[in-house]
Amino acid sequence: MIRFFNTGLDYQRLAGERRPLGDVDHPGLTDLSFTIESGGFRWLTGASGAGKTTLLKLMYLALPPTSGRIELLDSDPSRLDRAGRALLRRRIGVVYQDFRLLDHLNTFDNVALPLRLARRKESQIHADVTELLRWVGLADRLTHRPEELSGGEQQRVAICRAVVGRPSLLLADEPTGNLDDEQAVRLLHLFMSLNQLGTTVIIASHNLSLIERYRAPVLELQHGRLVYHG
Amino acid sequence: MGGSCIMADRPSGRARPDPIGLRAASHDRLLIAVVAAMSFLAALAMAGNLATTSLADHWLGGARNMLTIEVPDPTAAVQASSSVTRIDAVLAALRQRPTLSAVRALSPAELGRLLKPWLGDASSSGGTGIALPGVIIAQGDARASAVAGLSTGLNQIAPGTLIETGGGLAARLTTLTESLQASAAAILLIVAAVAASVVGVSVRAGLAQRREAVDIIHGLGARDSDIASPFAREIARQAGLGGLLGGLAALPVLLWLGRLAAGFALVPHAADRGVAGMLMDVPVLLWAGPVVLMLVAALIGWGVARTTVLGWLRHLA
Ligand SMILES: Nc1ncnc2c1ncn2[C@@H]1O[C@H](COP(=O)(O)OP(=O)(O)O)[C@@H](O)[C@H]1O
Ligand SMILES: [Mg+2]
Repeated sequence: MIRFFNTGLDYQRLAGERRPLGDVDHPGLTDLSFTIESGGFRWLTGASGAGKTTLLKLMYLALPPTSGRIELLDSDPSRLDRAGRALLRRRIGVVYQDFRLLDHLNTFDNVALPLRLARRKESQIHADVTELLRWVGLADRLTHRPEELSGGEQQRVAICRAVVGRPSLLLADEPTGNLDDEQAVRLLHLFMSLNQLGTTVIIASHNLSLIERYRAPVLELQHGRLVYHG
Repeated sequence: MGGSCIMADRPSGRARPDPIGLRAASHDRLLIAVVAAMSFLAALAMAGNLATTSLADHWLGGARNMLTIEVPDPTAAVQASSSVTRIDAVLAALRQRPTLSAVRALSPAELGRLLKPWLGDASSSGGTGIALPGVIIAQGDARASAVAGLSTGLNQIAPGTLIETGGGLAARLTTLTESLQASAAAILLIVAAVAASVVGVSVRAGLAQRREAVDIIHGLGARDSDIASPFAREIARQAGLGGLLGGLAALPVLLWLGRLAAGFALVPHAADRGVAGMLMDVPVLLWAGPVVLMLVAALIGWGVARTTVLGWLRHLA
């Protein structure tokens, strides 16, 4: 379960700056309250700059809220210590808008990273990672480094890294941006099947045709405020 | 592509995965060089300290109870009518004293060896033109009151006779060794502080360079120690290498110093027994030195790196 209680994020306050009086239209998020049930699926929509990425950052614990509070997978991150937050992050898979792959690692090692952090057995890691990469059509790219891959291939690597640990919560920031329609549909199937296995999935996207095709509740942001949820 | 092929070019080798990319980066040569220079200095300071302590011990061996009696013009007769020399008369008087033992005159050869460092070989050949006094050594009560009584008695037999006690020398030597030890300790502290700050700078540079990778791994749920430990291990390796190199570089210098020091010793010493004897005489501590320096440097590197990384990670949520 994910719950936001009057949650806000003020980038200027986060940077320690004082906002001039009367400046209402500040960047960030303002007064968000909503609940996403465990195992739910949400589209996160809104124009560019509306705050989609910022909201996902709060959810994957890259930023702490500057007002209100959040509850993630039944715990309040602000009340956990650093090690506790690290363990909570391991239960959250993230597909970043800019992939964030490690340049010096090959495809296999990038995808294996979450499993190695969790100290899984190498034999298990090998089986899981190769199977997943084969499934997304990257079986012949295992030893390639990110710079040797196309944008779409990098995106698939990033997605594999996010889902390989079977996270309780999967967050994806414009994950189909670099994919053709066929690949996008394939990946949505992957997200759907994870969702059916119990993973809560939230996908930020402005691909309306995709949203039309896979009807699910929508969180819509506008200027950092939640304008529609349902 | 079949399964066997995937196994054949198994993408992750046998080596431990290196997500932060520490191994890929070239060594921080500056770090290794500075740590090597610092451990070179540390080795010199420690060896200097060791050498002064053991030389002082050597010189002081019994000096506290030792009396040195110098008889000027030793071979002259006590009186015009007598055939007894001044030194023999003094020797006889000293041997009658029950409070003194081990009374003996130094032979010209011994005297020569004692003075060799100051006068060179000329001292033993007698070609210096310097009139050497006769020197008698004895063990006994070296307190001032006893020495004063003795001095009066001896001067009646051979005017001009001087008594040196080990006590004053011992006190001065002790002060000297203590201040040298304090300087050595200060040098070691400074050297350790310089090494630690260079490690700090190197670690911060390394973090800045790998900021993106550290960020990503943190985001994937790495604990702070998962990130700090590989850094600490890598820096410990490099600092240890520097410590070992510096310690090894110091060895020849230390052996050379040891050889010089051996020349000052009273007893025929390593210097007379060739290089092999000299090497065997080198204290174990000296041979252990490079290893000790390697371990200490590695430990400093490990501790500073770990603390620096843990502090830096506080920037991340
Ligand atoms: N690190 C940052 N510092 C300051 N402002 C930021 C930062 N990141 C995003 N913003 C601002 O916050 C607002 C929301 O951005 P973002 O969450 O990236 O929107 P979206 O993902 O919907 O395009 C924008 O006005 C953006 O300029
Ligand atoms: Mg965005």
